[in-house]
Amino acid sequence: MSSLAAFAADLATGKIKVVDLTHTLSPDFPTIVLPPEFGQCAPFRSEVISRYDENGPGWFWSNITVGEHTGTHFDAPIHWVTGKDLPNNTTDTIPPADFVAPACVIDCSADAANNGDFILTVAVLEAWEAKNGRIPKGNWIFFRTDWSKRKGAAYANVLADGAHTPGPDAAAVQWMIDRGCIGFGVETIGTDAGQAHTFTPMYPAHTLMHGAGRYGLQCMCNLDQLPATGAIIVAAPLKIEGGSGSPLRVLALIPA
Amino acid sequence: MIPSRTPRNPTLLPQAALAPPALRSRQATGLAVAAAQGRFMLQVCDDCGHTCYPPREACNSCLGANLHWRDVPPGGTVSAQTTVRISMDPYFRPRTPWRIGTVRLDCGPDAVVHLHPTLAPGDRTRLALKLDKAGQGVIFALPPSDTPDMQTAPALRETTCDPRGRRVLVTDGRTPFGQELARSLIAAGANVFLGLAAPWHPFPGQEALPGTPVTLDLTDSRSTEICAAAIAGRVDIIVNTAGDFRPGHAGLDDARLAMETTYLAAARLTKYFLPALQARGGDGPYAACAWVNVLSIAGLVPDPAYPSASAAHAAALAQIQALRPSLRPLKLITAFVGPLDDQWHQALPPPKVSPAQLASAVITALRNGQEDIAVGDLARHTLALWHDNAAITLRR
Repeated sequence: MSSLAAFAADLATGKIKVVDLTHTLSPDFPTIVLPPEFGQCAPFRSEVISRYDENGPGWFWSNITVGEHTGTHFDAPIHWVTGKDLPNNTTDTIPPADFVAPACVIDCSADAANNGDFILTVAVLEAWEAKNGRIPKGNWIFFRTDWSKRKGAAYANVLADGAHTPGPDAAAVQWMIDRGCIGFGVETIGTDAGQAHTFTPMYPAHTLMHGAGRYGLQCMCNLDQLPATGAIIVAAPLKIEGGSGSPLRVLALIPA
Repeated sequence: MIPSRTPRNPTLLPQAALAPPALRSRQATGLAVAAAQGRFMLQVCDDCGHTCYPPREACNSCLGANLHWRDVPPGGTVSAQTTVRISMDPYFRPRTPWRIGTVRLDCGPDAVVHLHPTLAPGDRTRLALKLDKAGQGVIFALPPSDTPDMQTAPALRETTCDPRGRRVLVTDGRTPFGQELARSLIAAGANVFLGLAAPWHPFPGQEALPGTPVTLDLTDSRSTEICAAAIAGRVDIIVNTAGDFRPGHAGLDDARLAMETTYLAAARLTKYFLPALQARGGDGPYAACAWVNVLSIAGLVPDPAYPSASAAHAAALAQIQALRPSLRPLKLITAFVGPLDDQWHQALPPPKVSPAQLASAVITALRNGQEDIAVGDLARHTLALWHDNAAITLRR
């Protein structure tokens, strides 16, 4: 029996469970809002084409509008200027094998619960490795904060000086790149901390990860259902020509 | 006095949203144009100086064809009065008794007019052109100066939209303009619903919002539909302050955004809110009565400094004009503004339109029943030029 056949059998018997790491794509889900002088990412919108009515008596369908970075979404390396000249840096050219990969989940939910400015540091990552072993090459590194359990204003957590949401510092990002991670995934609106415009370099997760050809996953949920290691992530963005990212369905396969 | 607002009898049909007879001559449209602007204008003969009324093709003094609409003195003296008690017209039948009279105008003609209840033969009167529910300009004889309860006369109330006692939706409470409009409308006696898009994203003034907040994002059809389902049956007046008033922004994504927040926002209000208002457009002294849109004057006279806003507001304006006949008896009020006194216009010196100025102008237009107003010096100046010669404004 091939491993795929065994996999199919485990799926059928429930030995492998599928966890949805995706928020519902809805108009009122918070989208990143840049300062007003910049262009903005379109929130999700849906206009009905017909709903069993005079525009189509027997069928229901809609036209949708969405930004590449709206809702639970994937960041391709071309998203950041540091990754703009890399090969295979867009949603349509990334090797499809990269869309299925294991994940290591760094649980910082206790520290981030009441601290929007919690920073993921090398010390935190090394402490995780001391407990769980070295992060293998080709893994997603997921930063669990339980931020996805927050709603609306508490989720966006925007104050007068900008958003306050957890994220990594530059050293931690470089450390993860050096571990050979395939990308970095978070529950918040950005892979970077809300205050990452004050970091050096600015937005280290975007600047360094994409500069190294790695990917980002944002606005995920249900990370609390994943084991520290051993989950397989299926995260394939829409095959948008030259796309910088895309909303997507992120699934995790875990042992039941 | 008008009766206070009471819940309607649910076993009876509401009073139908009818309009008085709309058939008038082409020339008589000039009365509606003046009424919409709150001006008292009649045809004056350029050959002999005679003031003509009713509107006509040729001067009834010298038969010359050089009649032009001019502002004329609005004073007059009431000659006679009568009260219509029975009418064959479906609009007037349930509204009798209805007082009419004749007035000798200081500028010459005699006119049959709607007569304010406080006036009697021999009294001096101030005449005003008002838009009736069919959108026609009619002459109303008012007391020589405003009195506190003047607006409560039922016949006058038919041609105006006094916010007192009415329920008003202000669509965009995220801006100081929407917030000030809500505050001023409440001070004028209205109950206000204040629409708020993306409540998760903070905005100035959110700690002390006036009125009842409702979630409403006019760039989102579903949000508009849900809000309308909750409150459209209660709203008597909509004041739409949403729209893109930013200078610059000729990029395509900005063009799309301007259309979403200005033209399509108004289209969503039309689809989801307006039918409910129109259905209650004849329902007693607190009938649903008006849809106000705050639009950039650049929508009328395109401005090179506002490429996206010019197009988006022109689209909204064209839509509103196209809808006007089908949305009677509602009044569709356009409040044209020049540059707003906001952060987007830091580089411009005054005069700029302040929130208080806009609120005051909108409330005055509602009380007077005007459909076309310009707020602030720049919009007023541009609108006057446009009235004078629209083609020249496009080439300046």
